[in-house]
Amino acid sequence: MGYKQYILVCGGTACESNQGIALFSALKKAVEEHGLVNDVQVVRTGCLGFCEKGPIVKVLPQDTFYVEVKPEDAEVLIKEHIIKGRVVSRLLYDKNQSKLNVGIEGIDFYQKQFRIVLRNCGVIDPDKIDEYIARDGYKALEKALFEMKPQDVIDEVSKSGLRGRGGAGFPTGKKWSFAAVQPAGQKYMVCNADEGDPGAYMDRSTLEGDPHSVLEAMIIAGYAIGADKGYVYIRAEYPLAIQRLETAIAQATEYGLLGEDILGSGFSFTIEIRLGAGAFVCGEETALLASIEGKRGMPTPRPPFPAVKGLWGRPTVINNVETLANIPVVLLKGGAWFSKIGTATSKGTKVFALTGKINNSGLIEVPMGTTLREIIFDIGGGIRGGKAFKAAQTGGPSGGMIPPQFLDTPIDYENLSKIGSIMGSGGLIVMDEDDCIPDIAKFYLDFTVDESCGKCAPCRIGGRKLLNYLIKICNGEGSYEDIDNMKEISEAMARASLCGLGQTASNPVQSSLRYFMDEYKEHIDAKKCRAGKCKNLLCYSIITPKCVGCTACARVCPVNAIAGERKQPHVIDAAKCIKCGQCFEVCKFHAVARS
Amino acid sequence: MAKLTLSDLRKLRDEKQKAMEKRDPSNKDAQIIVGMGTCGIAAGAKETFNAIIEELDAKGITHVLVRQTGCMGLCHSEPTVEVVVPNMPVVIYGNVDAATGKKIVNDHIVNKKLIDKHICDKPAMDIVR
Repeated sequence: MGYKQYILVCGGTACESNQGIALFSALKKAVEEHGLVNDVQVVRTGCLGFCEKGPIVKVLPQDTFYVEVKPEDAEVLIKEHIIKGRVVSRLLYDKNQSKLNVGIEGIDFYQKQFRIVLRNCGVIDPDKIDEYIARDGYKALEKALFEMKPQDVIDEVSKSGLRGRGGAGFPTGKKWSFAAVQPAGQKYMVCNADEGDPGAYMDRSTLEGDPHSVLEAMIIAGYAIGADKGYVYIRAEYPLAIQRLETAIAQATEYGLLGEDILGSGFSFTIEIRLGAGAFVCGEETALLASIEGKRGMPTPRPPFPAVKGLWGRPTVINNVETLANIPVVLLKGGAWFSKIGTATSKGTKVFALTGKINNSGLIEVPMGTTLREIIFDIGGGIRGGKAFKAAQTGGPSGGMIPPQFLDTPIDYENLSKIGSIMGSGGLIVMDEDDCIPDIAKFYLDFTVDESCGKCAPCRIGGRKLLNYLIKICNGEGSYEDIDNMKEISEAMARASLCGLGQTASNPVQSSLRYFMDEYKEHIDAKKCRAGKCKNLLCYSIITPKCVGCTACARVCPVNAIAGERKQPHVIDAAKCIKCGQCFEVCKFHAVARS
Repeated sequence: MAKLTLSDLRKLRDEKQKAMEKRDPSNKDAQIIVGMGTCGIAAGAKETFNAIIEELDAKGITHVLVRQTGCMGLCHSEPTVEVVVPNMPVVIYGNVDAATGKKIVNDHIVNKKLIDKHICDKPAMDIVR
């Protein structure tokens, strides 16, 4: 007797941190209490992507999609939906629906998405290898080991046009063939899961939701290049991803899909996890290898490339999590199928972590060539609070700010670099009219200065200099000479830095100087910050005729800078004011002016 | 479990695939809807429901979505079961006990034939999709 209904609960980090674990237990408990253990299966899956409205619960096979479900809703869900077959309207995404089968078709968020990498995320239980196997899991491995020669595998990957999803976009097939042609002997396959951009969580979600897809790809890659040992380099700050990965490795080993003589093919491969301490620079491949070897995570000049001389001096291929998650599909559906998706130079799909001032923040996967407008306004549901779109940052601190005039540019590797940004690993941060461009540039520089390993001078000194100029400008002390210096330093850093971190660290500065010079000018000439973010440029005052003397501002002021009798207009003492803006927020009569 | 051979893996995949297909909403083209209001349950709708699921499992049929609904208003002929199959009229069967439930799977779903004696009604126009 099989299960009749299935309750899928999102088990991604975002939902779990939002009482998702309690919800999962509450649902299990309610199912037990109502004696439905044999009828209803409660499954914890990977990220369903719609993090904005989490925790997400999906009931199958009716395909009912519930959002923002709290642990106390569990009882109602079981009683109403499962037992009585009535949909709980108040928990639906579209509250006006009343039919049971309101699935993801009814939600704009999913309409323009195309899921290859996230094919199993939110569908299977990531802790159960059987569910992965049922979804054609390890079938690509079967095909590679028994029907293809290593060179055939590389040819198929080359044919697909798949490029590295870690940021640089190097063709994956080419990378593999470099390592494959090295003389036989010890070779290594490394998975780069050191995702470190602020606001990016694509790789974490993939590992949390579908760890086996990455393991399967690593075994296939090992077979293709002749490696028998793999490492997953993952940051220790991703405990859930690490735990699921450990479970997955143990299960695959038990099934003989990892280890000696896999499926009787004669090919052997093992995988170990290496934890990183969360240094951004360790996402750079040579620094990553140094870290695995137990050395300080610092990059070394290339060549020699890791494919020739990598881990412990042996040929090593390093692929990003998302790149690898594509591999099983490329082999099963064929390189030709894969290469039909996307644009002329960029094939397949890209996963983005959509964050910032957007209505539907979350994890999305779209075909290459989708425009920013489609991502931000159709999938993302537009800007929060109906505010105006100012810029989008792709590629995290290594990327550039994309202004509104490029909203309709199809996103691929080439187009993004043409407009001064990069694809990066997939963080996409949306900014609105309340964000100050020099302030954002300062934030990113602050990050890269912190994360610079300090080995080469352009990055170590140049980054610090850039940051100092930005601080000056945000304080209203900047000059046009500073801008000229910033441009010069930016170019020097891009050209002379040792690794990608330094080479791209000036991108936020360069792109913002290119597209948002007017905001820099305002900061320098008028000492004005239109977004009201740069504290030193702000001045708070009370508009006397509007003030009713309610004392709300005086009570909230942390430094007692506001004085005035009850029912009499108040006054702000500019000398005492620390410009925290709390009086501005708290005034119901719009009597506090910010200029 | 011990290490898998190639044929073990394939066998395991086939088995698990069937189990997973049951919860996949995208491949469902037919529906069996069991009326499970108080009247239906009192008349044995739960047994009917179980029998239908068991029979679908036994026949390895995965394209049918079995769901429950409230009272259809035909309390005199409970348990009632509505069957929606593409290119066939939508039918409500009445007095469906476990045996008739199995018959619905075999005759209506598999052989595409209506079961004469149990046809009770067709759904009102406003609820026909």
